[in-house]
Amino acid sequence: MPVKKLRVEDLLGCNKFNADEKNSHIVIDRAICAKCMNKPCLVACPAVLYTQEDENSEVKFDHLGCLECGTCRIVCHNHGNKGIVKWGYPVGACGISYRYG
Amino acid sequence: MCDEEKLDAIIVGGGLAGLAAAYVLAKAGKEVVLIERGSRCGNKNMTGGRIYVHSLLSLLGPELLAEAPFERAIVKEQLTMVSETGSMTIDYTDYSFKGIPQSYSVLRSVFDDWLAGKAEEAGAMIVTGIQVDKLIEKNGKIVGIVAVGEEMFANIIIAADGVNSFMAQQAGLRNDLTSCEVGVGVKEVIELPEEVVASRFGLQAGEGAARLFVGVTNGISGGGFLYTNKSSLSLGLVVNPQELSNQQKKLHTLMQDFKMHSAVYPLLEGGKTVEYAAHLVNELGFNGIPPKLYRDGLVVIGDAAGFVINIGSTIRGMDLAIWSGMAVAKAIFEAQTSAEVGPKYMNNIERDIIPTMKVYQGYPKLLKNPRMFMEYPKIANDMMHFMFAVDGSVPKKLPKAMFDIVKNNVGLRSLLSDGWKGVTSLCR
Repeated sequence: MPVKKLRVEDLLGCNKFNADEKNSHIVIDRAICAKCMNKPCLVACPAVLYTQEDENSEVKFDHLGCLECGTCRIVCHNHGNKGIVKWGYPVGACGISYRYG
Repeated sequence: MCDEEKLDAIIVGGGLAGLAAAYVLAKAGKEVVLIERGSRCGNKNMTGGRIYVHSLLSLLGPELLAEAPFERAIVKEQLTMVSETGSMTIDYTDYSFKGIPQSYSVLRSVFDDWLAGKAEEAGAMIVTGIQVDKLIEKNGKIVGIVAVGEEMFANIIIAADGVNSFMAQQAGLRNDLTSCEVGVGVKEVIELPEEVVASRFGLQAGEGAARLFVGVTNGISGGGFLYTNKSSLSLGLVVNPQELSNQQKKLHTLMQDFKMHSAVYPLLEGGKTVEYAAHLVNELGFNGIPPKLYRDGLVVIGDAAGFVINIGSTIRGMDLAIWSGMAVAKAIFEAQTSAEVGPKYMNNIERDIIPTMKVYQGYPKLLKNPRMFMEYPKIANDMMHFMFAVDGSVPKKLPKAMFDIVKNNVGLRSLLSDGWKGVTSLCR
C-alpha cells in the first residue's frame, strides 16, 4: 500500500495471517457489552475489530485480523464492563504471522 | 515418572529472553526444550525498534555478532517536537557510536528466527506452533507444563512468554496487566529503497537514525518513533491505554494522522506500507517488576518480568531480556537443586539489571505529566517561531516574548512546579 491515510482493512491486508475461521480466541458477552457505558474497545483496539454501527446497536467483534496485543482485554477490564469473558491466543500457529516485526 | 524423562529446563516463549536462556543452557550441554506458539520464533514478536547490543555481545561474542541480521547501526539520535504550526528537531550524531555500534535497528521476525537457529545449533530443541496451556504443580512446586494435552516435565520452567505472561499469572506471581502499567504500541513498516533511506536521513552505508516524536498523540501520554531499517522505516506510536480510552479518537486514526503530519510524511513519501503491527509495552520501569520473580521450579524472565526502561531518550527492553535469559542460565549452573535456581537468579538480576532500573525509577512519573505531550512541544515551537519569524513589524524584546509564550501555554506556576517535579523525580 502506498504511504497515505489508510483504512484499517487496507493495513491489515498487508499482514500475513493464518486464519482460524472457526474458533475465536477472544469471546465477548454481548449482553454485558450492551450495558457498558464507556466501550473503550472501540477506540483502543489497534485493528478496530470492535465496532458499533450506531449508539443503540450492539458491539460486534471479529477475531480475524487480531494482532494479539492484549489491549482490548486491559481496557475492557479496567475501564469497561468486563464484556470480554475469554481472552487467549489463537491455537496451533494460527493468527498473525509477522514477516518484519 | 522416572528421571530420564525429565528435562533440565523447559522455556515457554521464543523471544529474545527465552532464546538467550536456551542458547546458554544448550551450549553447556543442558537438555532444554523451548516452546514457541508462533510457526517460527519471531513470528509473533514486534519491536519499535532498536536493540542495544551490549548483552547480545556477551551472549554471542564478536564473531557471531558480526553475522547477526541487524538493519542499521544507529549513529544519529533525533528528537522532534511537534505542534500544529511547526516542528523542531534536535539531531545528534555521536561519532563514538560508529566504531563499535551501541545499538542497531532490528526487525524481530528476521532477528529472532536467526537467533533461534543459533540456539538450535548449540543443541536446544525448539518446538514451534504449539501453545503452552498451563503449568503442572505438585506439592507447591512447579514441575512441568501441559501443551496441546501433553505433559512435559523439567527441573525448571522458564516463563519467557512476554508482556501478557499468562504463565507468571498462573503461578500467582503477577496479576493481569492494568492500563496504567503498559503502553500500547502500533507500527507500520514502510518500504523505501536503501539509497532513499540513506539520503533522506543523511546516512552513510550501514548507518541508521532513530527518531522520537513528542506532540503527536493528541495530548495522550506517549509519543511517536521512527527507526531506519536497511530498506524500510519503522514508524509508530506508543500511547497510554487509559487516556486513550477516555477520548474519542481511535488508535488507528491517531496513527494515520501522525503518519500524514507535515513533520513526518515527507520522510515517508513514495514508500509502501508492508506491515501493520501492535504490541503492549511495560511502562513502569523498576516499579513495574513483580515483587517476586520465581517459585520453586519456575522463574520469570524478559518482558514477562517487566524488564523495560523508558526514559524518553532511550527505550530498552530487548537488551534486558537477553541479560535476564543469561542470568537464569547462570543460576541453573550455580544451583545444586531446583529450589536454589530462583534465589540465585534473583542474585544475578540484582547485580546485572536492577541497579540500572533503579537509577531510572523516577522517569515514568515525570513522563506522565500531561503537559509534556502537547503544551511543552508547542512552547518549543512558539519560541522557535519568535526567533526566526520576520514580518516587518516591531518585535517584542526577547525576555518579554519568552515570558508571554510560557504564560499563554502553561503559566509560570505550572512551569516552575513541573521543573521542580522534574528535578525531584530524577534525583530520587
